[in-house]
Amino acid sequence: MSTPRSQFLSDAQVATDDVAQRGFLRQALGGYYVSRDVQKARYRDWEQARDAAAMAKWNAVNRLDRTLTTFATNFERNGGKIHWARDSAEAREIISKICRDAGAKAIIKSKCMTTEEIHLNDALEAEGYGVVESDLGEFIQQLRKEPPFHFVFPCMHLKREAISELFTKHLGTAATDSPEELTMIARRHLRQLYVDADVGISGANFLVAETGQISITENEGNARLTCALPRVHIALAGIEKVIERLDDLAVLLPMLATAGAGQPMTCYNTLYAGPRQPGEPDGPSEFHVVLLDNKRTALLADPEQRDALHCIRCGACLNVCPIFKNIGGFAYGTTYQGPIGSVLTPHLRGLQQWNHLSGASSLCGACTEACPVRIDLHHHLLHNRRNAVLAHVSLFDRLFHGAFGWVIGRPKLFAFGGKVFRATLPLLKKLPLPYLSTWLKSRELPEAPKKSFRDEWKGSQS
Amino acid sequence: MKSAQETIMQRIREALRLPAAKPHLKSTAASGTPAKAGRPWLPDGGETPDARLTVLTENLIKLKAQLIRVADMSQASLALAELSRTKQWKRLAYHAHMDTQALIKHVGCETWQADAEFDKQKLESCDAGLTTCEAIVAQTGSIIVSSSTNGGRSLSILPHAHVVIARVDQVMGDLSDAFTFIQQRNSDHMPSMISFITGPSRTGDIERILVLGAHGPKELFLILVG
Repeated sequence: MSTPRSQFLSDAQVATDDVAQRGFLRQALGGYYVSRDVQKARYRDWEQARDAAAMAKWNAVNRLDRTLTTFATNFERNGGKIHWARDSAEAREIISKICRDAGAKAIIKSKCMTTEEIHLNDALEAEGYGVVESDLGEFIQQLRKEPPFHFVFPCMHLKREAISELFTKHLGTAATDSPEELTMIARRHLRQLYVDADVGISGANFLVAETGQISITENEGNARLTCALPRVHIALAGIEKVIERLDDLAVLLPMLATAGAGQPMTCYNTLYAGPRQPGEPDGPSEFHVVLLDNKRTALLADPEQRDALHCIRCGACLNVCPIFKNIGGFAYGTTYQGPIGSVLTPHLRGLQQWNHLSGASSLCGACTEACPVRIDLHHHLLHNRRNAVLAHVSLFDRLFHGAFGWVIGRPKLFAFGGKVFRATLPLLKKLPLPYLSTWLKSRELPEAPKKSFRDEWKGSQS
Repeated sequence: MKSAQETIMQRIREALRLPAAKPHLKSTAASGTPAKAGRPWLPDGGETPDARLTVLTENLIKLKAQLIRVADMSQASLALAELSRTKQWKRLAYHAHMDTQALIKHVGCETWQADAEFDKQKLESCDAGLTTCEAIVAQTGSIIVSSSTNGGRSLSILPHAHVVIARVDQVMGDLSDAFTFIQQRNSDHMPSMISFITGPSRTGDIERILVLGAHGPKELFLILVG
């Protein structure tokens, strides 16, 4: 039976062997590096901006009891309804019930990774609702029945030919190799669906405690349409999305755009305060926000890694990660890919089963350097490794380290062991030993020196 | 039995008993800076009205939005008529406002006031939507529209082109100025939607190649008076 670990190892191997696909990924990210650096240069001091963004999230998360209560109170004062979900099942049930009560048939969704986390689409489809993803990348992935490849760029692994074939198969459109024409095909197809949908489901990038607004960031305008045309709007958000003040967005919105996509600002940053108000010409008559815990409080209880809850899901850490660039997004087998996913997933799904992701890192620290809210990503991978070992020390580890400790405390025995090791090293390279042979697949062991360090030292002193 | 809200709040309070260290900051200034004391490290929005207009103009060009500068409302009205002719618009939607009504005087195509219980399907068929705006942010090139004063939620997003009429004194320096303005203006009650529109709708989902007009307007025109 495959475990998350064995599945990861085999998927990562297959992805890494596909040299052409790796080249394609790098090429797709090439433009991002250029525009990100152009935009970063417009900041008078990028490092100070990161400090401010980190502090805005630190303040909100470390006072979450107060900020979340303030948000909920202010949000309901604006006429919306707050729902609380302890876990995925509860969140799915809340959303299903809202759809049932609304007598909904068609549901349109704008991009929301939290709905991927709770597997919302499957649940709604099982109840007979038509659910359509409206973000172009998510729409393509939905047609392919695949999860997103990257939580900001869902179909960045696909070439235009594959997308053209997909559209021909599902939408009956003529083949084209123009990204613009492909985008227009999706645009034409989805327009009527916004008009016809009864319920719009979105995520939220930020929950503003001070004003009770939610903030949604997007480029395409699909979230604007999702929140404008249907008669019911449901937003699903993790409890850690809250920020204290509206003015915090003056830092966070541009940082999100620059770090995530190399833009000065994302095209649409929209604040929603409630359902349609008296005097407004349109908008939904109901507005629900579902606040999801789903183990976030367990991460909150770990002060060492609490800052992982500062994440604004910009995706910068994926874009710079040498592991992501080689194994791609699918091999992770997680909702959130890349370094942040490797940090979060063991907390969300279980440390023992997902600790292998802590090893999916070169510990180069590029992720930590890229993070606009200064999450200590690569150190958290080390923290997870340590915690996994402390919680469950394997028999091998116990015997090996026990024996090693015993030997190293006896200098003569240690010297003798060294001699044996130097003599047998060439043999070790040839034996199919567990761990070592895998490690040696892509590495060369150096030749064993003739003398130990201690013998060399003695020789040089005399 | 405890409600989900009580359970989650209790989990949060218990989790926060142990304090977390503050992030490793590179500067000492940021943490101590009060919110509205300006942020001299973000991109510059310009100190003077002229500087702000320069920054705004540069940003709009990069965003592929089109800026049309005119001296007064009658010139603005001619500019809109010219736009509707060259773009061959058949139907333009607008919301009731002194400025929009003044602007559509010379437009050759059909005009339609989309207010109160309007037909969504009809709005979908419109080539352009004409709205006013709350403010403009030079620093980012963002145009701010609200659902209570600028024609609701759909008018600025559903038609294929969006035309915004604004006056130069609506141009602000940075996002912080805009948030202060929004909070002062709506101190008792926020509109149900406030959107910061930064260029025409776009996507890079296919091979990270930029395409304009993903779902929202393909074209964004800002007619700036004064």
